[in-house]
Amino acid sequence: MALTLAWIAVVTILLTSVGLLVARDWRWSITLLAIQYIAMFVLALQHWPLGMASVKVVAGWMAAVILGMTRSGLSNGNLAEENIWPRGRLFRLFAAGIVVIIVAGVTPSVDTIMADAGFAVTTGSLLLVGMGLLHLGITAHILRVTIGLMTVLTGFEILYSTVEGSVLVAALLAVINLGLALVGSYLLIAASSKGAEPA
Amino acid sequence: MNAPTIWIIAPIAFAMLLLFITNQRVLSILGGSFAVSLALIAQFAPIEEAMRIGAFSLKIDSSLNVLGRVLLIPPAEGSLLALIYGAAALWFFGAQASKTAPRIVPFGLMITGLMVASIAVEPFLFAALFIEMAILLAIPLLTSIYVPPGRGVVRFLIYQTLAMPFILLAGWLLAGVEASPGDLALAAQSAAMLGMGFAFLLAIFPLYNWVPLLMEEASPFIAGFLLWILPTITIIFGAGFLDRYSWLRSSPQLIIALRSVGLLMVVTGGLWAAFQRHLGRIMAYGAIAETGFSLLALSLDSKLGIPILFLLIPARALGLAVWSLSLTVIKENVETMRFAAVRGMLRITPMAGAGMVLAALSTSAFPLLAGFPARLALWESLARVSISGALWMGIGIIGLLTSVFRSLAVISMAEEYTTWELRESPTQIFMLGLGMIGLFVLGLFPQTLQYFFSNLPAMFEHLGR
Repeated sequence: MALTLAWIAVVTILLTSVGLLVARDWRWSITLLAIQYIAMFVLALQHWPLGMASVKVVAGWMAAVILGMTRSGLSNGNLAEENIWPRGRLFRLFAAGIVVIIVAGVTPSVDTIMADAGFAVTTGSLLLVGMGLLHLGITAHILRVTIGLMTVLTGFEILYSTVEGSVLVAALLAVINLGLALVGSYLLIAASSKGAEPA
Repeated sequence: MNAPTIWIIAPIAFAMLLLFITNQRVLSILGGSFAVSLALIAQFAPIEEAMRIGAFSLKIDSSLNVLGRVLLIPPAEGSLLALIYGAAALWFFGAQASKTAPRIVPFGLMITGLMVASIAVEPFLFAALFIEMAILLAIPLLTSIYVPPGRGVVRFLIYQTLAMPFILLAGWLLAGVEASPGDLALAAQSAAMLGMGFAFLLAIFPLYNWVPLLMEEASPFIAGFLLWILPTITIIFGAGFLDRYSWLRSSPQLIIALRSVGLLMVVTGGLWAAFQRHLGRIMAYGAIAETGFSLLALSLDSKLGIPILFLLIPARALGLAVWSLSLTVIKENVETMRFAAVRGMLRITPMAGAGMVLAALSTSAFPLLAGFPARLALWESLARVSISGALWMGIGIIGLLTSVFRSLAVISMAEEYTTWELRESPTQIFMLGLGMIGLFVLGLFPQTLQYFFSNLPAMFEHLGR
């Protein structure tokens, strides 16, 4: 049952991470990010107790809410996506496909290195890391960069949870996730400003 | 009372209180005095030893337990803390002159506290988490909420954040290598992970493109602070890895890699600086070369390299403080720091111009200045193990010197009959004057630092012994 749930989480991660790449509406991005954290929770549960795994999903949702609330309060004017290549959906899907192939290729060896974390856990985490890096590589838009970084960190946290069960690390990673969301919000507000600092 | 509370929690708590103060002078004096106090306590109050103050007996414990892990500041690290907080005080006292006090004093103190925590946390590889928190705090320090962020800030956030997963995973893999030292594949994987992590953190070639961008976009004084504290503590953290893992310390491949990367940083930093036409970007490449010098020091035999590494730290701190303050003063009076816009600036901001030139010369190993003694020792030690390495280091230094003389030529190139029109405030003149005197004092009497640094190698169990 747990393994089935883990593979369902991997499929969810694939859908949400690809969705984050191609979505152009920020509302979709935030929703997909929140769903991604549920999938992360399921994969973290494979190695962590319920309480500690819950910290991940709660911190992730709070981060998503912070970003969503900030973005909802801003106009679209200064936050329009950069109009540079590559931004086509087809290109992004193609790039995501390459990431999936690479992940499928390296999963067995990474799984061996990570003390047999489990194929589902390794696949899910590598997918997130790969898609997050791809996201960071094709955009300079603040919201997308923040989501990309959070995606990479989510993937890493899943993998790291298989080898490290420290409460302090879980707490610090939660703080970093929230901090990243706050920094993303700060930069979003700054990006939407007109550039005139009040006296 | 324990050491982590004094040097980690207290500065962070004090910095939070400072967020409510907006007066430049008050902030600068409070932040600077607090940092100096912490430096003096670190240098003179013994840790883990009972002190008698009148009728009271006081003992500073070295550790603090947090969620099952330990923050540990052993007695041997007292001088290092004194150095870190002493150098931070330079920036805080200079904050008023740079008009950045409301940002750099509170955020700078918090970042310093977190960086000290990164040295203190046990197991030490969790340091990456504290460094990441410091990076996140650096964003509001670098950018105003009223000004759209540039590409440099975003790249800084991305590159520095990507370092954390690599370091944490490398730490776990290294523990595995310790358990089975014969597993060469695992050793190679962990070394590669570690290398990637430090390449991101230290902005190693070619991952340093955010540094010049940041110097163009942000306040030079604030960027200078980050270009001092982040690489300095990261290199000490990296030296901790070498100290703990004997197979890493004794690996000839690692020594060659460190030397090659250090030379690459010095040479590219020097040559790129020589061809820049922007004063901020020249400082950025100077800071990159500084990191290269530190890596070169780490690549030497640790008995020689570690003392040189510690000798490089105060020179880097003072040099970057004077350089960044000078650029801040120059930037106040021009639209951009491009050569075309700063022509003849020496007649408007003479102290800032002189400060910039002297600090850049110090970075370029110019005799009589703060950077010279450490670089001379480094060059000599490098020449003993690799003549070609010493030659490449010389090429990097020539590049840096070229950039200094080009800058000097540009800022002194005023139109004929242009009158002197001084626009520096008394505070700016005083702070820059003090900094320049400091550059000469450290260059002429480097032995004065010996009193503070003689015990520093003792913070490592194996390195420097």
